[in-house]
Amino acid sequence: MLNPKTPETKPVKLSVKDMHFSYGEKKVLDGLSLDIHAERVTAIIGPSGCGKSTFLKCFNRIHEVASEVKVGGDMQIDGIDIYRGGIDVVDLRRRIGMVFQKPNPFPKSIYENVAYGPRLFGVKDRAALDELVEDALRKAALWDEVKDRLKESATGMSGGQQQRLCIARALAVSPEVLLMDEPCSALDPIATAKIEELIIELKEHLTIVIVTHNMQQAARVSDYTALFWLGRLVEMDLTERIFTTPRERMTEDYITGRFG
Amino acid sequence: MRQFDTELKELREGIMTMAGIAEDMIDLTIQAHSERSASKAEQVMQQDRLLDEWELRLDQVCIDLLALRAPAATDLRRIASSLKIVPELERIGDHCCNIARRATYVHPPILSSGSLERLGQETRAMVRQSVDAFVGNDAGLARMVIQADDSVDELYGSIYRELLRLMMSDPLCIERASHLILVIKNWERIADQATNIAEEVLFILEGRSAKHTYLQGDAAE
Repeated sequence: MLNPKTPETKPVKLSVKDMHFSYGEKKVLDGLSLDIHAERVTAIIGPSGCGKSTFLKCFNRIHEVASEVKVGGDMQIDGIDIYRGGIDVVDLRRRIGMVFQKPNPFPKSIYENVAYGPRLFGVKDRAALDELVEDALRKAALWDEVKDRLKESATGMSGGQQQRLCIARALAVSPEVLLMDEPCSALDPIATAKIEELIIELKEHLTIVIVTHNMQQAARVSDYTALFWLGRLVEMDLTERIFTTPRERMTEDYITGRFG
Repeated sequence: MRQFDTELKELREGIMTMAGIAEDMIDLTIQAHSERSASKAEQVMQQDRLLDEWELRLDQVCIDLLALRAPAATDLRRIASSLKIVPELERIGDHCCNIARRATYVHPPILSSGSLERLGQETRAMVRQSVDAFVGNDAGLARMVIQADDSVDELYGSIYRELLRLMMSDPLCIERASHLILVIKNWERIADQATNIAEEVLFILEGRSAKHTYLQGDAAE
Protein backbone atom coordinates (compact mmCIF):
# COMPACT_ATOMS: atom_id res chain seq x y z
CA MET A 1 0.00 0.00 0.00
CA LEU A 2 1.19 3.50 -0.78
CA ASN A 3 2.26 5.46 2.23
CA PRO A 4 1.70 9.22 2.66
CA LYS A 5 5.41 9.59 3.33
CA THR A 6 6.49 7.85 0.12
CA PRO A 7 6.46 10.13 -2.91
CA GLU A 8 4.56 8.85 -5.98
CA THR A 9 7.03 7.40 -8.46
CA LYS A 10 4.61 6.31 -11.20
CA PRO A 11 3.72 8.72 -14.00
CA VAL A 12 0.21 9.93 -14.68
CA LYS A 13 -1.45 7.50 -17.09
CA LEU A 14 -4.89 9.05 -17.37
CA SER A 15 -5.51 12.72 -16.89
CA VAL A 16 -8.95 14.27 -16.66
CA LYS A 17 -9.55 18.02 -16.69
CA ASP A 18 -12.89 19.77 -16.28
CA MET A 19 -14.82 16.80 -17.66
CA HIS A 20 -18.49 17.39 -18.42
CA PHE A 21 -20.92 14.78 -19.60
CA SER A 22 -24.64 14.76 -20.16
CA TYR A 23 -27.27 12.43 -21.54
CA GLY A 24 -29.68 14.86 -23.21
CA GLU A 25 -30.69 17.34 -20.49
CA LYS A 26 -29.34 15.19 -17.69
CA LYS A 27 -25.97 16.36 -16.47
CA VAL A 28 -23.94 13.38 -15.20
CA LEU A 29 -20.39 14.71 -14.87
CA ASP A 30 -19.98 18.32 -13.89
CA GLY A 31 -16.42 19.59 -14.16
CA LEU A 32 -14.41 16.61 -12.91
CA SER A 33 -10.63 16.84 -12.77
CA LEU A 34 -8.25 14.18 -11.54
CA ASP A 35 -5.09 12.26 -12.42
CA ILE A 36 -4.73 8.48 -12.41
CA HIS A 37 -1.25 7.06 -11.97
CA ALA A 38 0.14 4.17 -13.97
CA GLU A 39 0.35 0.76 -12.30
CA ARG A 40 -1.82 1.87 -9.41
CA VAL A 41 -5.32 0.88 -8.45
CA THR A 42 -7.66 3.84 -8.19
CA ALA A 43 -11.04 3.23 -6.58
CA ILE A 44 -14.01 5.43 -7.43
CA ILE A 45 -16.66 5.50 -4.71
CA GLY A 46 -19.86 7.43 -4.32
CA PRO A 47 -23.61 7.04 -4.04
CA SER A 48 -25.63 5.59 -6.93
CA GLY A 49 -26.10 8.08 -9.73
CA CYS A 50 -23.02 10.14 -8.89
CA GLY A 51 -21.43 9.47 -12.28
CA LYS A 52 -18.93 6.74 -11.41
CA SER A 53 -19.85 4.30 -14.19
CA THR A 54 -20.27 7.07 -16.76
CA PHE A 55 -16.83 8.32 -15.81
CA LEU A 56 -15.36 4.88 -16.53
CA LYS A 57 -17.17 4.62 -19.84
CA CYS A 58 -15.72 7.97 -20.96
CA PHE A 59 -12.22 6.51 -20.93
CA ASN A 60 -12.86 4.01 -23.71
CA ARG A 61 -15.71 5.95 -25.28
CA ILE A 62 -18.19 3.11 -25.06
CA HIS A 63 -20.90 5.64 -24.16
CA GLU A 64 -20.79 6.59 -27.85
CA VAL A 65 -23.19 3.77 -28.58
CA ALA A 66 -25.83 5.88 -26.82
CA SER A 67 -27.43 8.85 -28.53
CA GLU A 68 -27.83 12.42 -27.24
CA VAL A 69 -24.56 12.33 -25.42
CA LYS A 70 -22.58 15.52 -24.86
CA VAL A 71 -18.98 15.36 -23.70
CA GLY A 72 -16.78 18.31 -22.77
CA GLY A 73 -13.39 18.82 -21.16
CA ASP A 74 -10.12 16.97 -21.55
CA MET A 75 -9.42 13.31 -21.04
CA GLN A 76 -5.94 12.09 -21.89
CA ILE A 77 -4.07 8.82 -21.98
CA ASP A 78 -0.30 9.23 -21.88
CA GLY A 79 -0.80 12.89 -22.71
CA ILE A 80 -2.90 12.24 -25.82
CA ASP A 81 -6.45 13.51 -25.91
CA ILE A 82 -8.86 10.57 -26.02
CA TYR A 83 -11.50 12.66 -27.82
CA ARG A 84 -9.49 14.88 -30.13
CA GLY A 85 -6.13 13.21 -30.55
CA GLY A 86 -7.02 11.42 -33.76
CA ILE A 87 -7.17 8.24 -31.75
CA ASP A 88 -8.52 5.05 -33.36
CA VAL A 89 -11.45 4.08 -31.11
CA VAL A 90 -10.96 0.36 -31.69
CA ASP A 91 -7.34 0.64 -30.67
CA LEU A 92 -8.35 2.82 -27.70
CA ARG A 93 -10.66 0.05 -26.51
CA ARG A 94 -7.85 -2.45 -26.87
CA ARG A 95 -5.60 -0.23 -24.73
CA ILE A 96 -8.35 0.42 -22.20
CA GLY A 97 -10.20 -2.79 -21.36
CA MET A 98 -13.33 -3.02 -19.28
CA VAL A 99 -14.98 -5.52 -16.95
CA PHE A 100 -18.58 -5.04 -15.92
CA GLN A 101 -20.71 -5.63 -12.87
CA LYS A 102 -22.31 -8.80 -14.20
CA PRO A 103 -20.02 -11.31 -15.86
CA ASN A 104 -20.89 -11.23 -19.56
CA PRO A 105 -19.06 -14.06 -21.34
CA PHE A 106 -19.96 -14.70 -24.96
CA PRO A 107 -22.09 -17.81 -25.45
CA LYS A 108 -19.08 -19.60 -26.81
CA SER A 109 -16.38 -21.89 -25.45
CA ILE A 110 -13.96 -20.74 -22.76
CA TYR A 111 -11.18 -20.77 -25.37
CA GLU A 112 -13.15 -18.75 -27.90
CA ASN A 113 -14.06 -16.12 -25.35
CA VAL A 114 -10.41 -15.37 -24.73
CA ALA A 115 -9.29 -15.81 -28.34
CA TYR A 116 -12.00 -13.47 -29.64
CA GLY A 117 -10.09 -10.21 -29.09
CA PRO A 118 -6.72 -11.33 -30.47
CA ARG A 119 -8.51 -12.77 -33.53
CA LEU A 120 -10.22 -9.43 -34.04
CA PHE A 121 -6.80 -7.80 -34.03
CA GLY A 122 -5.53 -10.20 -36.66
CA VAL A 123 -3.91 -13.10 -34.81
CA LYS A 124 -4.69 -16.16 -36.89
CA ASP A 125 -1.91 -18.58 -36.10
CA ARG A 126 -3.29 -21.37 -33.90
CA ALA A 127 -0.14 -21.84 -31.82
CA ALA A 128 0.08 -18.08 -31.17
CA LEU A 129 -3.58 -18.00 -30.17
CA ASP A 130 -3.10 -20.99 -27.86
CA GLU A 131 -0.26 -19.19 -26.19
CA LEU A 132 -2.23 -15.94 -25.82
CA VAL A 133 -5.22 -17.79 -24.38
CA GLU A 134 -3.11 -19.68 -21.84
CA ASP A 135 -1.22 -16.55 -20.87
CA ALA A 136 -4.41 -14.52 -20.37
CA LEU A 137 -6.08 -17.33 -18.39
CA ARG A 138 -2.98 -17.68 -16.20
CA LYS A 139 -2.89 -13.92 -15.56
CA ALA A 140 -6.56 -14.09 -14.59
CA ALA A 141 -5.76 -16.96 -12.16
CA LEU A 142 -8.14 -19.25 -14.04
CA TRP A 143 -5.88 -21.53 -16.08
CA ASP A 144 -5.59 -24.36 -13.54
CA GLU A 145 -9.36 -24.51 -13.15
CA VAL A 146 -10.21 -24.61 -16.86
CA LYS A 147 -7.20 -25.98 -18.76
CA ASP A 148 -8.89 -29.36 -19.24
CA ARG A 149 -12.18 -27.97 -20.45
CA LEU A 150 -11.31 -25.10 -22.74
CA LYS A 151 -13.86 -26.28 -25.29
CA GLU A 152 -16.74 -26.25 -22.84
CA SER A 153 -19.22 -23.40 -22.89
CA ALA A 154 -18.28 -20.41 -20.76
CA THR A 155 -21.87 -20.06 -19.60
CA GLY A 156 -21.52 -23.28 -17.58
CA MET A 157 -18.89 -21.75 -15.30
CA SER A 158 -19.55 -20.33 -11.82
CA GLY A 159 -20.11 -16.58 -11.49
CA GLY A 160 -16.63 -16.01 -10.09
CA GLN A 161 -15.05 -18.05 -12.89
CA GLN A 162 -17.08 -16.18 -15.49
CA GLN A 163 -15.86 -12.86 -14.11
CA ARG A 164 -12.25 -14.03 -14.20
CA LEU A 165 -12.86 -15.21 -17.75
CA CYS A 166 -14.07 -11.71 -18.63
CA ILE A 167 -10.87 -10.35 -17.08
CA ALA A 168 -8.86 -12.89 -19.11
CA ARG A 169 -10.74 -11.81 -22.23
CA ALA A 170 -9.81 -8.20 -21.53
CA LEU A 171 -6.19 -9.13 -20.81
CA ALA A 172 -5.82 -11.17 -24.02
CA VAL A 173 -5.40 -8.00 -26.09
CA SER A 174 -2.67 -6.63 -23.77
CA PRO A 175 -4.44 -3.55 -22.45
CA GLU A 176 -2.62 -0.82 -20.55
CA VAL A 177 -5.62 0.15 -18.46
CA LEU A 178 -8.34 -2.03 -16.98
CA LEU A 179 -11.62 -0.39 -16.01
CA MET A 180 -13.69 -2.43 -13.56
CA ASP A 181 -17.28 -1.47 -12.85
CA GLU A 182 -18.30 -3.15 -9.60
CA PRO A 183 -16.63 -6.39 -10.71
CA CYS A 184 -17.45 -8.30 -7.51
CA SER A 185 -20.97 -7.13 -6.76
CA ALA A 186 -22.50 -10.37 -8.07
CA LEU A 187 -19.91 -12.66 -6.48
CA ASP A 188 -19.65 -14.54 -3.18
CA PRO A 189 -16.85 -13.67 -0.70
CA ILE A 190 -14.51 -16.42 -1.93
CA ALA A 191 -14.83 -15.40 -5.58
CA THR A 192 -14.51 -11.75 -4.48
CA ALA A 193 -11.28 -12.51 -2.62
CA LYS A 194 -9.85 -14.17 -5.74
CA ILE A 195 -10.68 -11.17 -7.92
CA GLU A 196 -9.20 -8.81 -5.33
CA GLU A 197 -5.96 -10.83 -5.20
CA LEU A 198 -5.93 -10.74 -8.97
CA ILE A 199 -6.34 -6.95 -9.04
CA ILE A 200 -3.32 -6.57 -6.77
CA GLU A 201 -1.25 -8.90 -9.01
CA LEU A 202 -2.38 -7.22 -12.22
CA LYS A 203 -1.44 -3.73 -11.14
CA GLU A 204 2.20 -4.66 -11.54
CA HIS A 205 1.74 -4.09 -15.27
CA LEU A 206 -1.65 -2.41 -15.55
CA THR A 207 -3.36 0.77 -14.50
CA ILE A 208 -6.62 -0.19 -12.84
CA VAL A 209 -9.66 1.97 -12.13
CA ILE A 210 -12.34 0.23 -10.11
CA VAL A 211 -15.81 1.46 -9.27
CA THR A 212 -17.13 -0.12 -6.10
CA HIS A 213 -19.91 0.31 -3.59
CA ASN A 214 -18.01 -1.83 -1.14
CA MET A 215 -15.96 0.49 1.06
CA GLN A 216 -13.88 -2.36 2.43
CA GLN A 217 -13.06 -3.50 -1.08
CA ALA A 218 -11.84 0.00 -1.98
CA ALA A 219 -9.77 -0.02 1.22
CA ARG A 220 -8.33 -3.47 0.51
CA VAL A 221 -7.33 -3.18 -3.13
CA SER A 222 -6.76 0.44 -4.05
CA ASP A 223 -3.83 2.83 -3.75
CA TYR A 224 -5.96 5.90 -4.36
CA THR A 225 -9.62 6.53 -3.65
CA ALA A 226 -11.80 9.23 -5.17
CA LEU A 227 -15.25 10.14 -3.88
CA PHE A 228 -17.76 11.42 -6.45
CA TRP A 229 -20.97 13.20 -5.62
CA LEU A 230 -23.44 14.63 -8.13
CA GLY A 231 -20.91 14.36 -10.94
CA ARG A 232 -18.20 16.18 -9.04
CA LEU A 233 -15.05 15.10 -7.28
CA VAL A 234 -15.40 15.59 -3.55
CA GLU A 235 -11.97 14.34 -2.58
CA MET A 236 -9.22 12.14 -3.97
CA ASP A 237 -6.24 10.99 -1.96
CA LEU A 238 -4.20 7.98 -0.96
CA THR A 239 -6.61 5.28 0.15
CA GLU A 240 -4.87 5.08 3.51
CA ARG A 241 -5.62 8.76 4.10
CA ILE A 242 -9.19 8.61 2.86
CA PHE A 243 -10.02 5.81 5.29
CA THR A 244 -8.18 7.20 8.32
CA THR A 245 -8.08 10.98 8.00
CA PRO A 246 -10.21 12.29 5.12
CA ARG A 247 -10.05 16.05 4.62
CA GLU A 248 -13.67 16.56 3.65
CA ARG A 249 -16.60 16.14 6.00
CA MET A 250 -18.62 14.61 3.17
CA THR A 251 -15.98 11.90 2.65
CA GLU A 252 -16.01 11.11 6.36
CA ASP A 253 -19.79 10.87 6.34
CA TYR A 254 -19.84 8.69 3.24
CA ILE A 255 -17.23 6.15 4.29
CA THR A 256 -18.68 5.88 7.79
CA GLY A 257 -22.20 5.35 6.48
CA ARG A 258 -23.61 8.63 7.81
CA PHE A 259 -24.13 10.18 4.40
CA GLY A 260 -27.47 11.91 3.90
CA MET B 1 -29.58 7.09 16.39
CA ARG B 2 -27.94 4.33 14.35
CA GLN B 3 -27.04 1.12 16.14
CA PHE B 4 -23.34 1.73 15.45
CA ASP B 5 -23.53 5.20 17.01
CA THR B 6 -25.23 3.67 20.04
CA GLU B 7 -22.39 1.17 20.36
CA LEU B 8 -19.80 3.94 20.06
CA LYS B 9 -21.66 5.88 22.75
CA GLU B 10 -21.58 2.83 25.03
CA LEU B 11 -17.82 2.53 24.52
CA ARG B 12 -17.37 6.20 25.34
CA GLU B 13 -19.53 5.89 28.47
CA GLY B 14 -17.56 2.81 29.53
CA ILE B 15 -14.32 4.79 29.27
CA MET B 16 -15.90 7.64 31.27
CA THR B 17 -16.89 5.14 33.96
CA MET B 18 -13.35 3.75 34.07
CA ALA B 19 -11.97 7.28 34.26
CA GLY B 20 -14.37 8.05 37.12
CA ILE B 21 -13.14 5.01 39.06
CA ALA B 22 -9.50 5.94 38.38
CA GLU B 23 -10.11 9.50 39.62
CA ASP B 24 -11.82 8.20 42.79
CA MET B 25 -8.83 5.94 43.38
CA ILE B 26 -6.47 8.90 43.03
CA ASP B 27 -8.52 10.90 45.58
CA LEU B 28 -8.56 7.97 47.99
CA THR B 29 -4.83 7.46 47.52
CA ILE B 30 -4.11 11.10 48.34
CA GLN B 31 -6.35 10.84 51.42
CA ALA B 32 -4.81 7.52 52.49
CA HIS B 33 -1.43 9.22 52.63
CA SER B 34 -2.48 12.48 54.22
CA GLU B 35 -4.62 10.69 56.84
CA ARG B 36 -2.30 7.65 57.20
CA SER B 37 -5.43 5.64 56.63
CA ALA B 38 -5.02 1.89 56.12
CA SER B 39 -8.75 1.55 55.45
CA LYS B 40 -8.66 4.09 52.61
CA ALA B 41 -5.63 2.29 51.20
CA GLU B 42 -7.66 -0.90 51.36
CA GLN B 43 -10.52 0.78 49.48
CA VAL B 44 -8.08 1.71 46.71
CA MET B 45 -7.11 -1.97 46.33
CA GLN B 46 -10.78 -2.96 46.16
CA GLN B 47 -11.54 -0.38 43.49
CA ASP B 48 -8.69 -1.71 41.38
CA ARG B 49 -10.62 -4.88 40.72
CA LEU B 50 -13.40 -2.79 39.14
CA LEU B 51 -10.93 -1.17 36.76
CA ASP B 52 -9.58 -4.59 35.78
CA GLU B 53 -13.10 -5.80 35.05
CA TRP B 54 -13.84 -2.73 32.93
CA GLU B 55 -10.61 -3.20 31.02
CA LEU B 56 -11.60 -6.72 29.99
CA ARG B 57 -15.09 -5.61 29.06
CA LEU B 58 -14.05 -2.59 26.99
CA ASP B 59 -11.25 -4.50 25.24
CA GLN B 60 -13.90 -6.89 24.01
CA VAL B 61 -16.21 -4.04 22.98
CA CYS B 62 -13.40 -2.51 20.89
CA ILE B 63 -12.49 -5.82 19.24
CA ASP B 64 -16.16 -6.48 18.44
CA LEU B 65 -16.58 -3.01 16.93
CA LEU B 66 -13.48 -3.45 14.78
CA ALA B 67 -14.55 -6.91 13.62
CA LEU B 68 -18.23 -6.25 13.04
CA ARG B 69 -18.36 -2.60 11.99
CA ALA B 70 -15.14 -2.21 9.96
CA PRO B 71 -14.92 1.41 11.11
CA ALA B 72 -13.18 4.17 9.15
CA ALA B 73 -11.95 7.72 9.69
CA THR B 74 -12.87 9.28 13.07
CA ASP B 75 -14.75 6.14 14.17
CA LEU B 76 -11.65 4.06 13.48
CA ARG B 77 -9.36 6.48 15.30
CA ARG B 78 -11.72 6.64 18.27
CA ILE B 79 -11.88 2.86 18.62
CA ALA B 80 -8.14 2.34 18.03
CA SER B 81 -7.37 5.02 20.61
CA SER B 82 -9.88 3.56 23.06
CA LEU B 83 -7.89 0.33 22.88
CA LYS B 84 -4.93 2.35 24.15
CA ILE B 85 -6.73 4.63 26.61
CA VAL B 86 -8.36 1.72 28.45
CA PRO B 87 -5.05 0.13 29.54
CA GLU B 88 -3.72 3.57 30.51
CA LEU B 89 -6.64 3.97 32.93
CA GLU B 90 -6.09 0.44 34.22
CA ARG B 91 -2.42 1.22 34.85
CA ILE B 92 -3.38 4.37 36.76
CA GLY B 93 -5.28 2.03 39.10
CA ASP B 94 -2.21 -0.18 39.55
CA HIS B 95 -0.03 2.82 40.35
CA CYS B 96 -2.59 4.06 42.87
CA CYS B 97 -2.39 0.65 44.60
CA ASN B 98 1.41 0.88 44.68
CA ILE B 99 1.18 4.32 46.30
CA ALA B 100 -1.71 3.52 48.65
CA ARG B 101 -0.16 0.37 50.11
CA ARG B 102 2.74 2.50 51.37
CA ALA B 103 0.45 4.99 53.15
CA THR B 104 1.40 3.73 56.62
CA TYR B 105 5.09 3.04 55.95
CA VAL B 106 6.16 6.58 55.27
CA HIS B 107 5.47 8.22 58.61
CA PRO B 108 6.51 10.22 60.46
CA PRO B 109 6.98 12.53 57.47
CA ILE B 110 10.47 13.29 56.32
CA LEU B 111 9.71 15.52 53.35
CA SER B 112 9.39 19.26 53.72
CA SER B 113 6.83 21.77 52.56
CA GLY B 114 4.01 19.55 51.26
CA SER B 115 5.87 18.69 48.07
CA LEU B 116 4.51 15.13 48.05
CA GLU B 117 0.94 16.46 48.33
CA ARG B 118 1.63 18.89 45.52
CA LEU B 119 2.89 16.05 43.32
CA GLY B 120 -0.34 14.12 43.98
CA GLN B 121 -2.54 17.13 43.30
CA GLU B 122 -0.77 18.13 40.08
CA THR B 123 -0.95 14.57 38.80
CA ARG B 124 -4.59 14.37 39.76
CA ALA B 125 -5.31 17.57 37.81
CA MET B 126 -3.57 16.12 34.74
CA VAL B 127 -5.69 12.97 34.86
CA ARG B 128 -8.87 15.03 35.28
CA GLN B 129 -7.97 17.29 32.37
CA SER B 130 -7.02 14.41 30.08
CA VAL B 131 -10.40 12.80 30.76
CA ASP B 132 -12.17 16.14 30.25
CA ALA B 133 -10.32 16.55 26.94
CA PHE B 134 -11.54 13.09 25.87
CA VAL B 135 -15.11 13.74 26.93
CA GLY B 136 -15.27 17.27 25.50
CA ASN B 137 -13.21 16.61 22.34
CA ASP B 138 -10.96 19.44 23.51
CA ALA B 139 -7.59 19.51 21.71
CA GLY B 140 -6.48 22.65 23.57
CA LEU B 141 -6.97 20.99 26.93
CA ALA B 142 -5.15 17.85 25.72
CA ARG B 143 -2.16 20.03 24.78
CA MET B 144 -2.21 21.65 28.23
CA VAL B 145 -1.97 18.19 29.82
CA ILE B 146 1.04 17.31 27.67
CA GLN B 147 2.73 20.55 28.72
CA ALA B 148 1.88 20.02 32.40
CA ASP B 149 3.85 16.77 32.38
CA ASP B 150 7.11 18.76 32.38
CA SER B 151 6.12 20.46 35.62
CA VAL B 152 5.33 17.09 37.26
CA ASP B 153 8.64 15.66 36.02
CA GLU B 154 10.45 18.64 37.51
CA LEU B 155 8.68 18.25 40.85
CA TYR B 156 9.44 14.53 40.84
CA GLY B 157 13.13 15.26 40.20
CA SER B 158 13.38 17.78 43.00
CA ILE B 159 11.69 15.45 45.54
CA TYR B 160 13.91 12.61 44.40
CA ARG B 161 17.02 14.70 45.00
CA GLU B 162 15.70 15.77 48.41
CA LEU B 163 15.16 12.12 49.36
CA LEU B 164 18.70 11.23 48.30
CA ARG B 165 20.08 14.03 50.44
CA LEU B 166 17.99 12.85 53.39
CA MET B 167 19.20 9.27 53.03
CA MET B 168 22.81 10.38 52.92
CA SER B 169 22.47 12.60 55.95
CA ASP B 170 20.33 10.34 58.12
CA PRO B 171 20.48 6.54 57.65
CA LEU B 172 17.45 6.16 59.94
CA CYS B 173 15.17 7.54 57.24
CA ILE B 174 16.43 5.24 54.47
CA GLU B 175 13.51 2.84 54.72
CA ARG B 176 10.86 5.59 54.56
CA ALA B 177 12.76 7.39 51.83
CA SER B 178 12.97 4.19 49.78
CA HIS B 179 9.22 3.79 50.00
CA LEU B 180 8.77 7.45 49.11
CA ILE B 181 10.97 7.08 46.04
CA LEU B 182 8.58 4.37 44.86
CA VAL B 183 5.60 6.57 45.76
CA ILE B 184 6.81 9.56 43.76
CA LYS B 185 7.83 7.31 40.87
CA ASN B 186 4.28 5.96 40.74
CA TRP B 187 2.81 9.51 40.77
CA GLU B 188 5.14 10.45 37.99
CA ARG B 189 4.01 7.39 36.00
CA ILE B 190 0.34 8.35 36.50
CA ALA B 191 1.16 11.76 35.02
CA ASP B 192 2.73 9.93 32.06
CA GLN B 193 -0.47 7.93 31.68
CA ALA B 194 -2.50 11.16 31.63
CA THR B 195 -0.11 12.48 28.96
CA ASN B 196 -0.61 9.34 26.89
CA ILE B 197 -4.39 9.74 27.14
CA ALA B 198 -4.07 13.37 26.01
CA GLU B 199 -1.95 12.26 23.05
CA GLU B 200 -4.64 9.76 22.07
CA VAL B 201 -7.26 12.53 22.29
CA LEU B 202 -5.20 14.60 19.84
CA PHE B 203 -4.92 11.59 17.52
CA ILE B 204 -8.69 11.11 17.60
CA LEU B 205 -9.38 14.79 16.94
CA GLU B 206 -6.60 15.64 14.49
CA GLY B 207 -5.74 12.30 12.88
CA ARG B 208 -2.04 12.69 13.52
CA SER B 209 0.06 10.98 16.13
CA ALA B 210 1.12 13.38 18.86
CA LYS B 211 3.75 10.93 20.12
CA HIS B 212 7.50 11.14 19.50
CA THR B 213 7.11 14.27 17.40
CA TYR B 214 10.89 14.44 16.94
CA LEU B 215 10.60 11.35 14.68
CA GLN B 216 7.87 12.80 12.53
CA GLY B 217 9.65 15.63 10.71
CA ASP B 218 7.24 17.77 8.77
CA ALA B 219 4.30 15.74 9.98
CA ALA B 220 4.90 17.17 13.44
CA GLU B 221 4.47 20.74 12.19
